[in-house]
Amino acid sequence: MTTFLGMPTASPTTHLRTGESFPDAARTGLADSQQRHNLQVATTTIRDKRARVVAELDDWEQLRAAGAAIKDATLAELPDHLERFEAAVTARGGTVHWARDGDEANAIVTRLIQATGETDVVKVKSMATEEIGLNEALADAGITATETDLAELIVQLGNDRPSHILVPAIHRNRSEIREIFRDHMEDVDPGLTNDPEELAGAARLHLRRRFLSAKVAVSGANFGVAESGTLCVVESEGNGRMCLTLPRTLITVMGIEKLVPTWRDLEVFLQLLPRSSTGERMNPYTSMWTGATEGQDFHVVLLDNGRTATLADPNGRSALRCIRCSACLNVCPVYERAGGHAYGSVYPGPIGAVLSPQLTGVKDNPSLPFASSLCGACYDVCPVAIDIPTMLVHLRAEVVAAKREEHRVPTAEAASMTAAAWTMSSRRRWTAALRSLSLGRVARRMPALPPPLSSWARSRDLPDMPRETLRDWWVREGGDAAPDSAATPTPPSPSSAPSAPSAPSSSASSASEEDGR
Amino acid sequence: MNAREEILHRVRTALADRPAPPPVVRDYHQAGSRSVDVDVFAERVADYRATVHRCGASAVRERVSQILQERSIDEIVVPVGFPADWTPTVRITHEPVSVEQLDRVSAVLTTCSLGIEQTGTIVLDAGPGQGPRVLTLVPDYHLVVVREEQVVAAVPDAVADLDPTRPLTWISGPSATSDIELRRVEGVHGPRTLDVLLVAP
Ligand code: SF4
Repeated sequence: MTTFLGMPTASPTTHLRTGESFPDAARTGLADSQQRHNLQVATTTIRDKRARVVAELDDWEQLRAAGAAIKDATLAELPDHLERFEAAVTARGGTVHWARDGDEANAIVTRLIQATGETDVVKVKSMATEEIGLNEALADAGITATETDLAELIVQLGNDRPSHILVPAIHRNRSEIREIFRDHMEDVDPGLTNDPEELAGAARLHLRRRFLSAKVAVSGANFGVAESGTLCVVESEGNGRMCLTLPRTLITVMGIEKLVPTWRDLEVFLQLLPRSSTGERMNPYTSMWTGATEGQDFHVVLLDNGRTATLADPNGRSALRCIRCSACLNVCPVYERAGGHAYGSVYPGPIGAVLSPQLTGVKDNPSLPFASSLCGACYDVCPVAIDIPTMLVHLRAEVVAAKREEHRVPTAEAASMTAAAWTMSSRRRWTAALRSLSLGRVARRMPALPPPLSSWARSRDLPDMPRETLRDWWVREGGDAAPDSAATPTPPSPSSAPSAPSAPSSSASSASEEDGR
Repeated sequence: MNAREEILHRVRTALADRPAPPPVVRDYHQAGSRSVDVDVFAERVADYRATVHRCGASAVRERVSQILQERSIDEIVVPVGFPADWTPTVRITHEPVSVEQLDRVSAVLTTCSLGIEQTGTIVLDAGPGQGPRVLTLVPDYHLVVVREEQVVAAVPDAVADLDPTRPLTWISGPSATSDIELRRVEGVHGPRTLDVLLVAP
């Protein structure tokens, strides 16, 4: 594809894809029973907490609608808000940088750190820097970045990948964490137990000297206020405050979609985010600062990296409302079983299945839009009302269209869809197909199919078919016989079965228990 | 085109279909629409496992001294602008203090900008008696005095009262993490102990 200057482009960044397809990666996750158990315990806990604190607010739906509208309004006038934000930050002594993609952002941050003469920086957990692979880029430049969020530290020490937006080490249990600390924390007490308090204490000790001596910090931001230039970081542990406050130089990397127009808008998001995210009325610490604060040298890097390409799609742009609360991950039956790594992107779960292919372009992430049962639990809990299921369907159509463009000859998928249409368009063929399915009701597994449908069929069971089709019952009960109902059955292609993939289990229904609040 | 121009151009190109900004309907509870119940504030602060103490306006100094004694704290950092008649009888370290001193003394006593009933949150804005942000971050112990008339009903009331250009720290209980099996553990990097003294008018 030819790209013209100034055209919204998808991101080439690799932390949004691994090359492995979701079904292949999910198999690894599904086989890891320890991880599945850890995830199930963790997501059940957080779902219940969230439901409780959301039910406390009788204006939740109004807040949710306002949150969605504020984000849409911001996106509709994004150029103005970006310019206002830049002007406000600059007026208060900060410096604004612009980065078209991850490489450019990494280069800017590297250059800013090198200018301070430092080779060690502390980092606050940030999805944006995770997305662009900042730590690796800094390491290549001889700069050591220490993650200070407990879960990120667990991931970094364990040489692991994050598997959840909010709790990147959610796939690890306390004993595994103790092992990681024992093996990789040079100053750790060898008698460390797996008591969470002790583990948190070990992290406190390990990081404290680094905080107190750090000269440069890199952070992300949850919100940027266009009218005032204010930045906002929402956190729990205090590592964020340490990084934002102590070092002389602060560099914040923020996606261009993080803006809200006015200070007042935060009254909505500071209610939506903590309750959706950790299931608390408020998270322990929220820091807000405007420009260079308390004598710091302050830089903010505004990042595109595929966001403008997402914005260019009228049916997909609402994904940019996302405030990264992770509520959709915690209710997702697919996420709970497959785990975050299966998505191959720093954005896992339902929103990752949408956002990752949007940011990279569907061609580079073709399996993710299919990593969902479309049960709708994610939409119900999303604090900014992103209709994830509808967007997944939209992206699936894009994947199919992209494939059609690539292959002149129809793919097996396209062929089977054509076959299905042929079967369903004739009453005779359709009746025959249904009857043969009901005869075959003992065989619950999908029959073998040629690739790529074989992998689809492998993970699916056919629903139980009734012993008799409705048409046959109608005739037996003395209804008017349909003229073509006695036609000889011909074996149908299983792909023409009108069966939806099996419905998600109980976890999905528990997710929407706060409906009607 | 430099990066700035190119990104702005890309954004404009992406919005070529000219989506209309939807109206933002604020029919949620707005600032000033609800009365304040300080007892609920006290309960919610305590829900985060902070310890809430209460006293009358004339008893603050006495009560602060007592709380510190119970915690066996004999030296505390007190920022500029902290009311002289509230200052306790223990040894006081005045500003300016270095990070090393803060780390050594490890206890701080401040006022605040406001409290939020609905969420049990206390907001500091580096105003008189609150010190720069680092002051309430490095010490392991924080005692904050909140006057009952500083408590507002909910988040919108707080946002309406606060000045975004000041450095703001919203505190809801002591430092905590849920990173290990999503179980809440108090005390990671910020103060592990938070005492709140709520003062009646
Ligand atoms: S899509 Fe919605 S629920 Fe999921 S992380 Fe984003 S804001 Fe939260």
